[in-house]
Amino acid sequence: MEPVEKLHPETERSEETARDEQRQPAPQPKKMALIASKGTLDWAYPPFILASTGAALDMEVAVFFTFYGLPLLMKDLKAKVAPASNPAMPMKMPFGPEGFQQFSWPIPNVVSGVVPGFETFATKMMKKTFANKGVATIEELREACVESGVRMIGCQMTMDVFGFSQEDFIEGTELGGAATFLEFAAESDITLFV
Amino acid sequence: MTEPAFVPDAELDCRGLNCPLPILKAKKAITSLVAGNVLKVVATDPGSVADFAAFSRRTGHKIVDQSEGGGEFVFFVEKV
Repeated sequence: MEPVEKLHPETERSEETARDEQRQPAPQPKKMALIASKGTLDWAYPPFILASTGAALDMEVAVFFTFYGLPLLMKDLKAKVAPASNPAMPMKMPFGPEGFQQFSWPIPNVVSGVVPGFETFATKMMKKTFANKGVATIEELREACVESGVRMIGCQMTMDVFGFSQEDFIEGTELGGAATFLEFAAESDITLFV
Repeated sequence: MTEPAFVPDAELDCRGLNCPLPILKAKKAITSLVAGNVLKVVATDPGSVADFAAFSRRTGHKIVDQSEGGGEFVFFVEKV
């Protein structure tokens, strides 16, 4: 008698459990792991756009900032564009009549690479173009990442090599190394190196 | 005059904003609503049509109505 009485409630419980599982599948958020390795203004966009949008799509996101990507976590963000040796970069003016704005200026490397202040000038032009087109600033996207709980992991080794300290970085910056990133990446649905 | 199909509980003006700002702002706005509420989003970014569809599929928030006209894209998103 005793074993039968024991079995019966167990069977009922497991049926109930099965029904509950059918009704409500365990919500398992997608995970995305990104590496941000480049520090120019243009290359700062992809990781911050993907991370903030991933969080908006209910994903768990972690970004590992390493080498030249690490300065993107600094309180004082100074990312610039590097137009020299970048033949794919259109050099267009974000002001003036439309025909003038559409014209792509043929700037030779000897100018873009040597003329003092050219990077600063090109950076200003790009920021103005982005603003004209309604594109968020890097600061805005980074703020969106922080607000939406994206894990921002700064590479400890890069920090030591470049001579930065933790106070240089925005609040919420975690420090870690390759293992810290890989532990998260191993559980991720998406991993991208930028 | 036709009545709007859905009376929104909140409205979001994303005109002039480019990817990914309409999605980020919509997500933020939806977070402050309760389930069943409808958010109206007006955007001018043509990419927002594909992106709001993807946003809806991923998050479960339902696009209950959408329209297009005069270079504007209007989405009614119901919070799940």
